[in-house]
Amino acid sequence: MATAAQPKQDLSHAPSVITLKGVNKWYGQFHVLSDINLDVKLGEKIVVCGPSGSGKSTLIRCINRLEEHQQGNIVVDGVTLSNDVKNIEAIRREVGMVFQSFNLFPHLTILENLTLAPIWVKKMPKKDAEEVAMNLLKRVRIPEQALKYPGQLSGGQQQRVAIARALCMRPKIMLFDEPTSALDPEMVKEVLDVMIELAREGMTMICVTHEMGFARAVADRVIFMDRGEIVEQNEPEAFFAHPKNERTKTFLGQILHH
Amino acid sequence: MADVLPGERPQLAPPVDDTGPLGWVRKNLFSSWGNGITTVVLIVAIGWILSGFLHWAVFTATFDAKSGAECRGHGACWALIREKYRYIFFGSFPYEQHWRPLFAVVAMLAMLILSSDRRMWNKRLIAIWGVGSFVAFLLMFGQIHISLGLILFVALAAGGLGMILRGAIATPGELNGWRALAAVGALGLIGRITGVIPTWSLAIAPLSYVETGLWGGIPVTLILATYGLVFAFPFGILLALGRRSNLPLIKGLCVGFIELIRGVPLISLLIMASVMLPLFLPSGMTIDKFLRAQVAVILFAGAYIAEIIRGGLQSLPKGQFEAADAMGLNYVQKTTLIILPQALRVVIPPLINTFIGFFKDTSLVLIIGIFDFLNTANQALVDPNWAGFPGEVYLFAAFIYFCFCYSMSRYSKHLEIELNKGTRR
Ligand SMILES: Nc1ncnc2c1ncn2[C@@H]1O[C@H](COP(=O)(O)OP(=O)(O)O)[C@@H](O)[C@H]1O
Ligand SMILES: [Mg+2]
Repeated sequence: MATAAQPKQDLSHAPSVITLKGVNKWYGQFHVLSDINLDVKLGEKIVVCGPSGSGKSTLIRCINRLEEHQQGNIVVDGVTLSNDVKNIEAIRREVGMVFQSFNLFPHLTILENLTLAPIWVKKMPKKDAEEVAMNLLKRVRIPEQALKYPGQLSGGQQQRVAIARALCMRPKIMLFDEPTSALDPEMVKEVLDVMIELAREGMTMICVTHEMGFARAVADRVIFMDRGEIVEQNEPEAFFAHPKNERTKTFLGQILHH
Repeated sequence: MADVLPGERPQLAPPVDDTGPLGWVRKNLFSSWGNGITTVVLIVAIGWILSGFLHWAVFTATFDAKSGAECRGHGACWALIREKYRYIFFGSFPYEQHWRPLFAVVAMLAMLILSSDRRMWNKRLIAIWGVGSFVAFLLMFGQIHISLGLILFVALAAGGLGMILRGAIATPGELNGWRALAAVGALGLIGRITGVIPTWSLAIAPLSYVETGLWGGIPVTLILATYGLVFAFPFGILLALGRRSNLPLIKGLCVGFIELIRGVPLISLLIMASVMLPLFLPSGMTIDKFLRAQVAVILFAGAYIAEIIRGGLQSLPKGQFEAADAMGLNYVQKTTLIILPQALRVVIPPLINTFIGFFKDTSLVLIIGIFDFLNTANQALVDPNWAGFPGEVYLFAAFIYFCFCYSMSRYSKHLEIELNKGTRR
């Protein structure tokens, strides 16, 4: 464990791909994001954790504009988020998202789920899109399911399809919102394995998860959120071994000893 | 039992009690004293009514008579139906030309039956409906004049739609085709309006012209119901989508329209369309009464269909919208590729049930003097020679309506089962 305290990769010269400055968001009176500052480098892997309701989902959903922030600045891949639909669509082409509940389209086959966005958004010829899709299905190890419908697959398989679907657009950034928390325990590993592989290939990732093994294995930085604030952030070894904030300690105590 | 081999069980008859027809009767109709008495009373009542009806409708009925007088004193006067059925089916359409509405009805029924097969639900169906409708209306009118303005307008609309719907995936060549079509339509229309291009129309006139005022009976009911729904359906989809819009003006308009229409009876809409609308039109301009009634039916049905479709839209999980958004699909793509296919699948059975209602509701057009099937049946009673037999005529009309509605009802059941089988959620 001599290298444990060493960062996984040297990102000091990497360019920033996501920058949040003083971001605030309210639901009515409820302050769901308060003064968030975050800078994500190209190729960086960030794990976000924190108690339920602390604003983790809201934070990453602001990055691809599924939610609108009310104050502050969000810049993704050089584009400042605004109400301009063109900007939003440009950013969504670069940012893939994987949801807790998969959200595959039940009326389309697996292959159609994968080729939909490349064909309609990127205007890729259908044949090329299908080739890309089949390659990605091989990568997530379910090419034989291509012609089935999502309802015929297990949860773990569906989530792998969802990851492949996001990758079909060749995104620069991947957002994961608790990708394994809706899965039966025996399926968690097959999904995490795919994510770890993706991380090793250098994808920029922000991942909301409580899988601490995953955080240790791939994260460059772990962020702890509570009540809409970023309470603490550090590289994983230090974060888990020496949490500084009381709230972090309580939270880690809860999830690590259960 | 000695002759039963070891390991084999003797085939005993089941207890007599609850199998076979007798067993069924005993179990279901006479399971207790009270149940038994109810059964007997009901059987006697049904038998009494049925024998009375058969006595009137069959045993003492007159099937052949020269006038109503010959029927009097006997049972049902089916001779009246025999005498009048051509009028009841086809109204005042010129008698020797009745083959035209007959084939128009056949064409429409054929299109409806073709459309009921799920395997047919693709783009070809639209072409079938286009051609079939053209044939049906050509038969009914006899002559169709398509003005240059209309042709240009259709070119513009088709080009525009092609650009919007196919814009994202068409090859450059195809896209240029749509653009050219739209441009020709737009330029031509400008030319027409400014008078640069003279008025002209394409005349297709193989038969004698029959105006809508002479149409009647089954074709009128079928046209009002079928085309009412064919147009109300996309209109209802737009209303339902508009109702969920983020733009306050569009949302307000749609909500206002839906609530307004749902708040008034169809009769009042029809009367407004027939009496009040002409008052607002510039003098000299008239809109065919039949068309006005058709539009009223479309507006009315559209509002109801919108509410049903809204239910389907609401039944979709939020995640479907979010996943589509997150992929970068735009609003039109998200709606046509993800949302509507799923929402419509959910609402098809309730939609068909409303269709049954509208099929019957079209009979209200008799209020404004359109001779739909119920109205021609009504008019058949007016003949003094055959006065005094409303029961027969209405029974006949009811029977025809029942045939249509019952088939739709069966179809709806069938489709519900089929669609549930196909849910892959
Ligand atoms: N659309 C909404 N309207 C009102 N409150 C919301 C909405 N979405 C989320 N919230 C609230 O915001 C808080 C943060 O939600 P979320 O970001 O989903 O938390 P997390 O993902 O950390 O569990 C929660 O308390 C939740 O109830
Ligand atoms: Mg969450």
